[in-house]
Amino acid sequence: MTFKSMTAAEVARKVINEDELFILDVRNGTDFFDWKIEGEKFELLNIPYFDLLEGVEGIIERIPENKDILVVCAKEGSSIMVAEMLSEAGLHVAYLKGGMKAWSEHLEPVKIGTLTDGGEIYQFVRHGKGCLSYLVVSNGEAAVIDSTRMIDVYLDFAESIGAKIKHVFDTHLHADHISGGRNIAKKTNATYWLPTKDATEVTFDYEPLESGTVITIGHTAIDIHALYSPGHTIGSTSFVIDEKYLLSGDILFIGSIGRPDLAGLGDDWVVDLRETLYIRYRELSEELIVLPSHFMIHEELNDDGSVAKKLGYLFAENHGLNITDESEFRALVTGNLPPQPNAYQEIRETNMGKIQPNDEKQREMEIGPNRCAVR
Amino acid sequence: MISDKVLDATGLACPMPIIKTKKAMNEMVQGHVLEIHVTDKGAKADLAAWSKSGGHELIDTAMDNDILKVWIKKG
Repeated sequence: MTFKSMTAAEVARKVINEDELFILDVRNGTDFFDWKIEGEKFELLNIPYFDLLEGVEGIIERIPENKDILVVCAKEGSSIMVAEMLSEAGLHVAYLKGGMKAWSEHLEPVKIGTLTDGGEIYQFVRHGKGCLSYLVVSNGEAAVIDSTRMIDVYLDFAESIGAKIKHVFDTHLHADHISGGRNIAKKTNATYWLPTKDATEVTFDYEPLESGTVITIGHTAIDIHALYSPGHTIGSTSFVIDEKYLLSGDILFIGSIGRPDLAGLGDDWVVDLRETLYIRYRELSEELIVLPSHFMIHEELNDDGSVAKKLGYLFAENHGLNITDESEFRALVTGNLPPQPNAYQEIRETNMGKIQPNDEKQREMEIGPNRCAVR
Repeated sequence: MISDKVLDATGLACPMPIIKTKKAMNEMVQGHVLEIHVTDKGAKADLAAWSKSGGHELIDTAMDNDILKVWIKKG
């Protein structure tokens, strides 16, 4: 018997296609409990690799014979060891190439739609962490929004469609992942935009993104109206692109809303968050397609693998948009919050340019689930 | 911290630090303390979880430059 490897991209396709997969996760229980691969028809079993050093006989019966089997660990070493043992015991198995590290960094591009002038908008889905980023293209020019630190993915993608990146945006100062925005801007000579109110402590130059900012990409203008929408951070900005798409940053998600506490001011910003969601957003067209910066659970994925819904649908279905009582709203967004994202303070400082951790350290800071939302 | 044996597992990637630790621990007597030196970042949580599941006691950990030192008492 031999065993194969499976890439993070292949696992992502299985999530999107809702394929069956049996995952034997051999990380220790704490890591597994904290953060795991999830899919509609995925079945998971967690047995730490160190409990299998004497052999896999004890768990063979718990592994189905009629499903694809994937062994997963943090980096891949232990999963290779366990996959080899299972294969020697007669099973056909694969291990996750690069482990959860690779899963955390994989980006899946999905085309969201076309723009009225013939341009296109793409969403990059980071399944392992729930981060969403965007590339808008028109007449050979492109803008990247809420980029992850895996900047080559955007650079290669832009090149493959013959587009030159001219503008890079962050909707807010991120606390859960390290922005690749500045690095993309540096490599492509693009302009880097950040909301002024989130940039008070940054150590680099940026273009101030303020309400009313309009930027043109391509010959036919794509207007990006900046809509000041404080709440997640004081500077959080939403974009309306082509009068069709609402990029809602970390303010509004498909099944949840943003949390206001990651910059340490939850009680102060809860009023801003409510005003943005219940007054500013209510003034927008319900036909706008909401494209957030994050998703929480795979149920939020559409059939094509995208994360997007009409604003009107969210007004009807999203619990966070339907809390009439103000004190109840306050309780939701300030009490019983999920734990803060791993290393979120250090991530904020990195995004401000205050600290410059190396690649390995950055990777480690981002390990774990995304926790930017409340439900 | 007094240890009865020191295991150098620096430079080794998962799963080797645990495999070596388990082997070293097998050769020790109950109540003795094994001191493990590792550089693999994931080893800390794994050594803690492994000790617990094996009935051993993780007594202490310390960082010495880039080397993580872990003391485990055989149970």
